[in-house]
Amino acid sequence: MAKLIQGETGEWEIVIGMEVHAQVIAKSKLFSGASTQFGAEPNSQVSLVDAAMPGMLPVLNEYVVEQAVRTGLGLNSKINNVSVFERKNYFYPDLPQGYQISQYEHPIVGEGVIEIDLPDGTVKEIGITRLHLEQDAGKSMHDQHPTKSFVDLNRSGCALMEIVSEPDIRGPEEAAAYLSKLRMILRYLGTCDGNMEEGSMRADVNISVRKPGGPLGTRAEIKNVNSVKAVQQAIDYEVQRQIEIIEDGGEVDQETRLWDPNKGETRSMRSKEEAHDYRYFPDPDLLPLHVSNDQIENIRTTLPELPDQKKHRFMDDYGLSLYDASVLIAEQQRAEFYEDVANDNDAKLAANWVINELLGILNKNETKLSDSPITAEKLSGLIKLISDDTISGKIAKDVFADMYETGKAAADIVEEKGLKQVTDTGAIEAIVDEVIAENPDNVGAYKGGKDKLFGFFVGQVMKKTQGKANPAVVNELLKKKLG
Amino acid sequence: MTELTHLTIEDALTGLKNKDFSAKELAEAHISAMEGARDLNAFIVETPEIALKQAEESDKRYASGDAGLLDGIPFANKDLFCTEGTQTTAASKILEGFVPQYTSTVGQNLADAGAVMLGKANLDQFAMGSSNTTSAFGNVINPWKASDGKDLVPGGSSGGSAAAVAARIAMGATATDTGGSIRQPASFCGIAGIKPTYGRCSRWGVVAFSSSLDHPGPIARTVKDNALMLQAMAGYDPKDSTSANKPVPDYAAAMTGDMKGMKIGIPKEYRIDGMPDEIQKLWDQGAEWLKEAGAEIVEISLPHTKYALPAYYIIAPAEASSNLARYDGVKYGHRSKDAETLAEMYAKTRAEGFGDEVQRRIMIGAYVLSAGYYDAYYIKAQKIRRLILNDFEKAYETVDAILTPTAPSAAFAIGENEDDPIKMYLNDVFTVTANLAGVPGMSVPAGLDANGLPLGLQILGKAWDEETVFKVGGVIEEAAQFSALPQTVMSKAA
Repeated sequence: MAKLIQGETGEWEIVIGMEVHAQVIAKSKLFSGASTQFGAEPNSQVSLVDAAMPGMLPVLNEYVVEQAVRTGLGLNSKINNVSVFERKNYFYPDLPQGYQISQYEHPIVGEGVIEIDLPDGTVKEIGITRLHLEQDAGKSMHDQHPTKSFVDLNRSGCALMEIVSEPDIRGPEEAAAYLSKLRMILRYLGTCDGNMEEGSMRADVNISVRKPGGPLGTRAEIKNVNSVKAVQQAIDYEVQRQIEIIEDGGEVDQETRLWDPNKGETRSMRSKEEAHDYRYFPDPDLLPLHVSNDQIENIRTTLPELPDQKKHRFMDDYGLSLYDASVLIAEQQRAEFYEDVANDNDAKLAANWVINELLGILNKNETKLSDSPITAEKLSGLIKLISDDTISGKIAKDVFADMYETGKAAADIVEEKGLKQVTDTGAIEAIVDEVIAENPDNVGAYKGGKDKLFGFFVGQVMKKTQGKANPAVVNELLKKKLG
Repeated sequence: MTELTHLTIEDALTGLKNKDFSAKELAEAHISAMEGARDLNAFIVETPEIALKQAEESDKRYASGDAGLLDGIPFANKDLFCTEGTQTTAASKILEGFVPQYTSTVGQNLADAGAVMLGKANLDQFAMGSSNTTSAFGNVINPWKASDGKDLVPGGSSGGSAAAVAARIAMGATATDTGGSIRQPASFCGIAGIKPTYGRCSRWGVVAFSSSLDHPGPIARTVKDNALMLQAMAGYDPKDSTSANKPVPDYAAAMTGDMKGMKIGIPKEYRIDGMPDEIQKLWDQGAEWLKEAGAEIVEISLPHTKYALPAYYIIAPAEASSNLARYDGVKYGHRSKDAETLAEMYAKTRAEGFGDEVQRRIMIGAYVLSAGYYDAYYIKAQKIRRLILNDFEKAYETVDAILTPTAPSAAFAIGENEDDPIKMYLNDVFTVTANLAGVPGMSVPAGLDANGLPLGLQILGKAWDEETVFKVGGVIEEAAQFSALPQTVMSKAA
């Protein structure tokens, strides 16, 4: 579904590669014991190592290594038995050491691939180039004092995974789908919370345009793109900018650009000539990192079922459509909820109720699934009442609304309110007769050919039974009586 | 009580155990020696109050019978070792006034063994130098004098440590050796010092110069005293990822004097052009002593030796350029007062805070790591490093230890060699190989040159085999009977 852009000189193809920085879920930092808790008082989670005190040395957090391996396995990637931490040297006040410890030539995770689900129902593979571990920087604060800048080192030294994709992404929708899928996989794995607002997942987008199938164009790297929506907007803007430059006879500069979400534009940060020489070299304070095949296999056994596996299973085992399966697996908890409901009921009916009713109302009320007043067990109870004809689907919607308000079980509401469906043919027949007797004109009209009036009779019967009459029985009787 | 300062650590420990004198008396004697020898400028900060307090606690431990390995022994702590509550400067202006909230592992190990800290010893700035003339706090003066009475350098970078120990101010000292900074000053000051195997002593809390080459170790007057010091300083430290999780052997017990069946290598590549005859003679003499003690002397080849110095002067500055990036005026230490912009703050802070030699090495280091030069310099130097390690490993297939001179000259006058950094760097020619290979090396005072200045011999051992180094060092020491005293000490004694 490569999206081509119509320019004045013809069509353009968009080529995108992404670098996603994902903060690793771990209690302590990559090379120190300081806490990684978000939102603490500035500089309250800073060890001597994080503050780069003289003579301090990094000690690798083994749990973070496990998390990186777990992520690599989740991205169907090669895990490298030996990787090397290097120093990326540059000066900035929020970088206390004067270098970032990162992996450069020898990352912990090599090539892999993930599937992305596109809006048109197709699936595309996006190559993963590598994943490496590195330290996060601190945070500069320029709004605390009229003439001074402040630095908060709480984030300094937190572990990041930089996940680099191949330039396989062909437009804003694919970029959004890639980011969403990556986020989903990381959340399933429990290696990153994927919270873009808190900055625990950040994306740099490398964008270029070319004539379809032609040689690659010069790329610009867009930084500070911090939501799925921003990624799409930044790509749209940047693609137009580049096409205009080229079509006006100019050349795109290889440079780093910053996305400004307020102005909705990208602007130049630094050109290739101004690019830093980071003087990478292996960090002599750390030995090469060895991960054995045994360790890798041990970690593999701890992997959960991943989104794509789950998606395919839902389609195969529950007979769901790609769309329904994709919606349900988007969150692990949602999938679990669905399975709890589906295992006791008709799987498709369960999918409809979870997706259309429950997720609908939760979304409307901005409530999380974990806070839903209707539990899987309760929803399952409601669907059972539909399946065994205790209530109709229509009544079920009212019961559902009641359940959401009160948190009561469906059976209790049906009992209290006397909503049990009437399936007794004799009782319904009496009411049908009553309705026919009360509406001789309409009966005449119906018999005269006004077929649409059938609905009127059904409505009258339902009204008299407060909707409790089994609709199938009502239809059958009316047809018989009206001829 | 002057004689207390002339005791070896070994004898002082016996005296303390026997209650011949108290730790407090021993500390007082050294404090008074320290005050009397301020002209040597061996200390950046004196800490007599800490010494006295620690000595009093030491006396209590002697009274209760639970004294540690070095209980009551006054030592000088090289001002590269961070000390909680006491200024640590690395002899630089940029760290002037910096008071760490932590004590280095080696310093803590010594404190746990009961050692008493007299003060923070002067050094070459950030341990960069071979003459102790790069300190922001002034030159250290060698207690030995030139025949014309001129002041001599104590060697470097552990010049304050060596001068304090030679001048009988401290019984031992902490030191670090990145290219010879323990062994060369020990040689220049007529005392002994050992650079242990890389990973034997923790680097945690030691201001970094070149992480892969920095080796903390001791300086003391005798081989046995070095064994006792290293015993206390060494050990696995989980806070240093390059520290080795290996048991620390009983070094003093290794000094059996038994050379039978041992092979000592004499590397032919260490016979460099222009080396004074008297150093060659002393080297031959050392080999003879070992032979007389029962060792077999074997000529060996360490073919890549001539590349060691250039490789060293690429790797060490490369690492230093990165290690010293943290001194930026943002978090601690000196910050320039007249900077308008961030870039200006960095540039001025570092220009004001670092001395010339430090700046030179940062520039060399940044250069060899930069794009387009990295492969030609840094990567090539790392390959040479590997070849040098291979040389040693091959040699140690046939020999148990290697004997060489420690330095190509005796102590030189202050100001000499200053105009030519390359000439200054040549001081390390015999010592840098052991840093590149990570193998242990010790300098033992072995004789005097024609001008009456001390000369040391170096014993190099296999990785993790400091025991053999101590054993061979003990034999050299015994045979050399080095008993000369620095002029400053003699004049005080008189």
